[in-house]
Amino acid sequence: MADLTRADVAHLAGLARIDLSDAELDKMVGELAVILESVATVQQAPIADVEPMSHPMPLVNVTRPDVVRPSLTPDEALSGAPESEQQRFSVPRILDEE
Amino acid sequence: MTDLTRATAAELADLLGAGSVSSREVTRALLDRTAAVDGAVHSYLHVDEDGALAAADDVDRRRTAGESLHALAGVPIAVKDVMATRGLPTTCGSKILEGWVPPYDATLVTRLRAAGMPILGKTNMDEFAMGSSTEHSAYGPSHNPWDLERIPGGSGGGSSSVVASFQAPLAIGTDTGGSIRQPAAVTGTVGTKPTYGGVSRYGLVALASSLDQAGPCSRTVLDSALLHEVIAGHDPLDSTSVDAPVPPVVEAARRADVSGMRIGIVRELTGEGFQAGVQARFDEAVQHLVDAGAEVVEVSCPSFTYALAAYYLILPSEASSNLAKFDAMRYGLRVQPDGVDAPSAEQVMAATRDAGFGDEVKRRIILGTYALSSGYYDAYYGSAQKVRRLIANDFAAAFETADVLVSPTAPTTAFRLGDKLDDPMAMYLNDIATIPANLAGIPGLSLPSGLADEDGLPAGFQVLAPAMADDRLYSVGAALEARLTAAWGGPILDRAPELEVAR
Repeated sequence: MADLTRADVAHLAGLARIDLSDAELDKMVGELAVILESVATVQQAPIADVEPMSHPMPLVNVTRPDVVRPSLTPDEALSGAPESEQQRFSVPRILDEE
Repeated sequence: MTDLTRATAAELADLLGAGSVSSREVTRALLDRTAAVDGAVHSYLHVDEDGALAAADDVDRRRTAGESLHALAGVPIAVKDVMATRGLPTTCGSKILEGWVPPYDATLVTRLRAAGMPILGKTNMDEFAMGSSTEHSAYGPSHNPWDLERIPGGSGGGSSSVVASFQAPLAIGTDTGGSIRQPAAVTGTVGTKPTYGGVSRYGLVALASSLDQAGPCSRTVLDSALLHEVIAGHDPLDSTSVDAPVPPVVEAARRADVSGMRIGIVRELTGEGFQAGVQARFDEAVQHLVDAGAEVVEVSCPSFTYALAAYYLILPSEASSNLAKFDAMRYGLRVQPDGVDAPSAEQVMAATRDAGFGDEVKRRIILGTYALSSGYYDAYYGSAQKVRRLIANDFAAAFETADVLVSPTAPTTAFRLGDKLDDPMAMYLNDIATIPANLAGIPGLSLPSGLADEDGLPAGFQVLAPAMADDRLYSVGAALEARLTAAWGGPILDRAPELEVAR
């Protein structure tokens, strides 16, 4: 397997929406290499023809009765918002310049 | 007069039920203890003195009026800061949630309140439950009451140290890879991870949704069973909640009977890699169970060798998805990027997540993003899911020859604060014996097995049972606890050094 480069980590940080500083990037490249080498051992397990397991309980389509129940008031829902306006969450612009 | 801070939850329930003490007296005594010792231990991120006393007064009033109350009514409890508590700050040990006050209660918290249990405060934890020492808390580590220079375990080191330092008889923990059991082991306390889905996850801020499970922390096996019964049971608000009766955990703890039970020692979770004193206390504990009438068998779970690797792919993958919700828009921190005029939502999000998340959280999010990314998914996340199946199969085979499985809970006693902080892999190895249960969704309990000869610090004994056979944990735990306590001449925490009391 190819080693993670600094550029790879920078790309991943972009995908994860974390604005890492240069110093953080330098540190993380080395740490991730050690962790990846260790976790890659899963590929050596006898896993050919094994069904993947995503969850301990094989549940499908769990629903509850479609009944109206008490919910948050607008004030409660907005109580943790960094900014709000007229009973709405106020957010920065969502489109980039170009 | 009984020292109310040292009494067990079961003893307090009896005293309260008999009218010998009021909940206010108990709550006041515990809050005073916190004022005296928590400057040194740092179990709490937030203490709710007014709320706890008001809840205590309410229970006292209802008791005086002759109302029929829950057995634990009036017994105070501490709650890990990962559970949403209406009106009380909930930070998950992270700066990104600093000051957040949830407008709703987790189902588990609703049940505590319905039982009339005053909530003393919110306990410290590694940020978003990522860690084995509380050193990844953004608000500073908690300290082990046995030696303040050492870790109280993690992620639930606030909940383990709060019961070990007699600031609360009970606490709520959560266990994704050992975060209830490993802290219990290193502090000489008891903790249970119930069967996956046995306790509702509604209002538990998710780390890894297929692994997370909340459960009880206490100083005795019976106390954990009593709390287990309060918080367990089906919840329609959690689609992964098990819709089945709660196993008879309290009855099992009271009977403490292991006669005829087959106890399986997991070959891969003993011996090499385990500290000598931890292994010695484990071997003695097994002999106690034999003396109590159990039969010992050895079982092999060969896939456990790969459990740690599978876990550190599955957990970061799920965490990277779950933590995407911290986007600086609806709640939590919002940070403006430096030197950008009118930044976009995406730029604000990236700046906020850099400022609000700590190193370990960033590491795991990026690892998970990689494991799930196109081209690497099959090699990493896909392979880990297959290993997960092998581990579940190993458990299923082992439970054909054994009713419960046992091992040391953690490979070592408490290490010194700072010792493993700069070596993520060394930190991850603390969970080697606890992780397999989370991957398979089965229940596990840790109780003290004694003090290691090398350092005089507590070691933990882990019991694992098949899914929804949580009662067996308590049968074995209570039987072993009774024999060990008799052999020691009293509870293990009687041998912990007295904490210096601040006045």
